[in-house]
Amino acid sequence: MYPSIMRESQFQEHNRFFLNMGPQHPSTHGVLLVVLEMDGEYVLDPQPILGFIHRMHEKMGESRPCQGFMPNTARMDYVCALPYNHGYVSLIEKKAGIEVPKRAEYIRVITSELNRVASHLLWLGAYLLDLGAFTPILYGFDDREHILDILEDITGSRLTYCYYRFGGVTQDIDDKFVDATRVFIKRLRKRFDMYEKLVTKNIIFIKRTENIGIISRDMAIRYGITGPNLRGSGIAYDIRKNEPYSVYPEFDFKVPVGQRGDCLDRYMVRVCEMEQSLRIIEQALDMLPEGPVRSKVPKNIKLAPGDCNFAVEAARGELSYYLVGDGTSVPYRLKIRVPSYSNLSCLPELGEGILLPDLVSIMGSLDLVIPEIDR
Amino acid sequence: MEILSTLPPELIRMVFAVIIIISFIFLNAIMMGYLERKIAGHVQRRPGPMEVGSHGILQLVVDGVKLVGKELLIPVNVDRTLFRLAPILSFTPVILPLLVIPFSEKLQARDLNLGLVFIVSMTSINVMAILVAGWGSNNKYSMFGAMRAVAQSIAYEIPILLSMLAVVLMTNTFSLKEIVGAQQNIWFIVLQPLAFIIYIISGVAETNRAPFDLPEAESELTAGFHTEYSGMGFSLFFLGEYTNMFTVASVATVLFLGGWHGPPLPYGEYLGFVWFFLKVYFLLFFMIMIRWTYPRVRFDQLLNFAWKYLVPFSLANILITAVVVKL
Repeated sequence: MYPSIMRESQFQEHNRFFLNMGPQHPSTHGVLLVVLEMDGEYVLDPQPILGFIHRMHEKMGESRPCQGFMPNTARMDYVCALPYNHGYVSLIEKKAGIEVPKRAEYIRVITSELNRVASHLLWLGAYLLDLGAFTPILYGFDDREHILDILEDITGSRLTYCYYRFGGVTQDIDDKFVDATRVFIKRLRKRFDMYEKLVTKNIIFIKRTENIGIISRDMAIRYGITGPNLRGSGIAYDIRKNEPYSVYPEFDFKVPVGQRGDCLDRYMVRVCEMEQSLRIIEQALDMLPEGPVRSKVPKNIKLAPGDCNFAVEAARGELSYYLVGDGTSVPYRLKIRVPSYSNLSCLPELGEGILLPDLVSIMGSLDLVIPEIDR
Repeated sequence: MEILSTLPPELIRMVFAVIIIISFIFLNAIMMGYLERKIAGHVQRRPGPMEVGSHGILQLVVDGVKLVGKELLIPVNVDRTLFRLAPILSFTPVILPLLVIPFSEKLQARDLNLGLVFIVSMTSINVMAILVAGWGSNNKYSMFGAMRAVAQSIAYEIPILLSMLAVVLMTNTFSLKEIVGAQQNIWFIVLQPLAFIIYIISGVAETNRAPFDLPEAESELTAGFHTEYSGMGFSLFFLGEYTNMFTVASVATVLFLGGWHGPPLPYGEYLGFVWFFLKVYFLLFFMIMIRWTYPRVRFDQLLNFAWKYLVPFSLANILITAVVVKL
């Protein structure tokens, strides 16, 4: 189906040509190549081509004891690395039957949610950059910087975290962390008003996103889209609610959903999600139990024969680890289901017969992280 | 001195004027580049250039030296003639409008009785340069940029002309000096607010500035028409853009903001340029601010805005002006 502005005569064969968008292009955000079949400024058929930064993460996971894979988990989605840590440690804990102290789970939730907010802030800036506004990305970076500082204090790194361990976390949080997080939450709430004035209510922004790139409910399910992209289409599916893990059931938070499934809805869902994440962090800080943060874990974890799956809600959608053990400490098979891969797969259908600027807008709104797709 | 006295005085005057204007263009580009980076920095909560000189004041000089020193890269499959011609074509015509702009009552290189028409015709050549650059670069992204520039400039030249015409109807002259003279008592922004707004919007679009910077939309077209340019070729486009902005702001000052008029100064007929420049740089400041605030519009939205809103409104404005003037 093509928009009414396109006429049949515009589809004549001889007018078509190919345009390589990427692997180096400002708005593919990484080394993604999209081969566009174009007719003037109309995109007829965008085909994403992957594999430019494939690093064999899954194979690496199958060739070393399971502890050794921890740093790799942070290098798939480097924007939101802690949920990736979380998924992997939870998988091994489930497989090997390791108990996790309550305090450690709380710390995991707090840090994961902080990381999610950081990821959404970065996305907000980068999306506006795709739409041609330069300033919001620096505001987003400014706010994100506070989160990175807070996380750096306890995790030791700023981007590729390796903070969680089987049976807990490496280091307990202190009062300084708690105070800094509370100050940050207060600050970010104030900044949301500014973002709303600068971005959400901007008429050019609305014109560039409203009714652009509509993913219907049916289509979202067909492609296996998850995360904010799915919720933007009106399906309230969130792993934290639907298949609760860790201590998420103890917190009161909403799952924001959109209605139309266009770029604006996906934007709104992410903005609302940041507020919900802040609520989770606040509750977790209030309810934070005392106790140890790491349980006794054998040095060599034996993975019993049989398979095991664990899914978490990463910033971009459902991340699930699937592992088959064979009795040794090296996984026999490790499969990682990443959200961006499925989210990208709808691009050829979404991008049919639209204008090039709209394609940039849609790709931005899907919030793709290419190293995660290629793994 | 013997030779000078044999030459016609008008020729000497023009040569001096052109020399002053060319040096001013470079000065203006340096100032604008510095202002833009500083303002952008402060808008984005960072200091901007700070290293070279006090508060980075020499940064643009250093950048200029770097650009001049760079190798002129010409990609293999380009049309070499057009590729070299385009930056020159972009830079040369932007000098000429400044010849007829009255900076103060006596500071004007030449007062043409068709000054306004001259300015419009000269600034229109710029789009030609973009088209030549886009075509000659043999790059699809450049071509997109060039095509957009042509459509955009055709769409926005009309409201610009129509809003200028409203002022011309009131003053009965195309001479810029006489138009400023007619604003002795009241500036035309008061009498023609709609024309001023239309002129400023179209002026921003005419100079390809954000939010209408579609020919060089970097998130879509990498760098648009100047994707393949580097070194001095690139900086001539850059100079052209800043000088074009200056021209647009100067014409707005002449037509709507009373040119050199302001509180009286000693030697007012010469020093009036102080007020003129204050007004021009205020408008440029405004243009910089909107660039760093708004996202980019989409191409069809931009054209729709011109044809569906700006052109009808400016036509209506002219009609009303004509009726009122006739009465």
